[in-house]
Amino acid sequence: MITVKELTKRYARNTAVDHISFDIQKGQIVGFLGPNGAGKTTTMRMLTCFLPPTEGAATVAGFDVLEEPMEVKKRIGYLPENPPLYPEMMTGEYLSFVGSLKGLRGAELQKRIDYVSDRCAVTDVRDKQLGKLSKGYRQRVGLAQAIIHNPEVLILDEPTAGLDPKQIIETRDLIKSLAGDHTIILSTHILPEVEQICERVIIIAKGKLVATDTVDNLQNRSRGAESVLLEVAGRNGELDPAAVQARIAKVSGVGRIVLKEKHPTHSTFEVEAQKDHFVRGDLARAIVEAGWDLNEMRSAAVSLEEIFLQLTGTQEAPSKEEVVVAGASK
Amino acid sequence: MRNVWLIWRKEMRSYFVSPIAYILLLMCALIFGFFFWSLLQAYLQFSMEAQMRGEMFPMNMPEEITRRLFGNIPVTGLFIIPLITMRLFAEEKRTGTIELLTTSPIRDGEIILGKWLAASTLYFGLLLLSVINVAFLFIYSHPDWKPILVAYLGLMLQGAALLAIGTFISTLTKNQIIAGAATFGVCLLIFVCGWVGEYNSDTWARVLSYMSISTHMESFTRGTLDLKDAIYYVTLIFVGLFLTARSMESLRWRS
Repeated sequence: MITVKELTKRYARNTAVDHISFDIQKGQIVGFLGPNGAGKTTTMRMLTCFLPPTEGAATVAGFDVLEEPMEVKKRIGYLPENPPLYPEMMTGEYLSFVGSLKGLRGAELQKRIDYVSDRCAVTDVRDKQLGKLSKGYRQRVGLAQAIIHNPEVLILDEPTAGLDPKQIIETRDLIKSLAGDHTIILSTHILPEVEQICERVIIIAKGKLVATDTVDNLQNRSRGAESVLLEVAGRNGELDPAAVQARIAKVSGVGRIVLKEKHPTHSTFEVEAQKDHFVRGDLARAIVEAGWDLNEMRSAAVSLEEIFLQLTGTQEAPSKEEVVVAGASK
Repeated sequence: MRNVWLIWRKEMRSYFVSPIAYILLLMCALIFGFFFWSLLQAYLQFSMEAQMRGEMFPMNMPEEITRRLFGNIPVTGLFIIPLITMRLFAEEKRTGTIELLTTSPIRDGEIILGKWLAASTLYFGLLLLSVINVAFLFIYSHPDWKPILVAYLGLMLQGAALLAIGTFISTLTKNQIIAGAATFGVCLLIFVCGWVGEYNSDTWARVLSYMSISTHMESFTRGTLDLKDAIYYVTLIFVGLFLTARSMESLRWRS
């Protein structure tokens, strides 16, 4: 449905998007992930024909964005980061205006207005001025505007930014419910959102494509080397972390061991298993048999967040660093 | 064409939803009324003095009044035109709605034409207010209506030309105030640059005088339709709209 080849956008001083290539199949929901300023918006703007690419090509539904922008525009629904609303217009009037812009008319236009108002739950503000709507409603009207002409492709730039938690859930559900009929690209820097909504992820950082895969695959990719967090305590109130570490290292299949926290009575270790080894049972047995208590053992689940940080080149999640520092200072 | 109409309707609505259209209408009604009243007073004074001296009043009073009135209206236009055009594109750029327009299946030319036509419609509506004053002349005397029509045609052409320039300037910034101020400056400049021609007949003075928007108005206010002057205004409209189109295109390359 969408093909992007070596797409590049250069400005006078910097390169916003640097030779990105990817394909998106019909009916997929794809998360476009990256830190702020990674080039998400620029890429989306090139797909919507708002910006022309400096190099490379992008086709939407078989039409090139440079050669046949009119055909592309007919097939795309676009919600920019800030919903493009005219504050002085009424909701119904606005939807009617956008619908006409997209080429709808007469009975069909009226039908679509009713349909999208209902779908995006904005029917009760049909006669209200857009400028007076709350952020959540504005976002929903923006979404209604994007789907009014039933486009094949839907491009949403941070659709949940600035909403309260309830509105975020509603908006996510709405987007999910749209998935069957439309191919959707949605940009975000919120990772759980991608895990919840999207089937595929495209990760970019500093204008470059870092990874593109399904959400499951990305998680599995790191799951090969599973990490386990262990809290071990000595029975007599004393514990020698070095001894524990030496014992753990002897367990077969154990890879890297990191001492995360050190206390006189207990310590926490992060143990990384080698690929395709299941070490938890052996670990537990080894510790208990050596005469220590196993206070806690849990899987340090690899979240998309960590994958993301690994891929985008930042070393470790900041929250973990804090824990280590706090532990060391005691 | 349907898209031009769509944009036109949207712009007209936004003029009349906000108070701007009503303020301008009120302002123009008052100012045109004042021009007319003060001109009438002046000519009444002249004719009375002439009668007291026992002379025949030699002037065609209605014609004198309309000529002066139509000479004053463009000056009012200088102040009003920036107020009409400043929001056209600047506001869309500020609120981001420009992204909606440019990602919809509608040509840049249709957007520009719709906006400029809406601005022109409002300006013509304001000009129409002066018809109320001119109507009094028709009630109390019998002026020739053809020169008056020609004068209105001139006013409309001149307004449309300045509005095209204002539309162009509005695409250059997100800030309405800047767009308005720059439009006022540019309009004033091309209005007054013809004045050098009054004292000087060098080549550069003649060129400046030809480029000035005010020198081409004289034939119209006299009631003579000079094709050369009409072409000047039409050219200016094309230049303004062409620059707008180029600027909109470059908007995409720059932003």
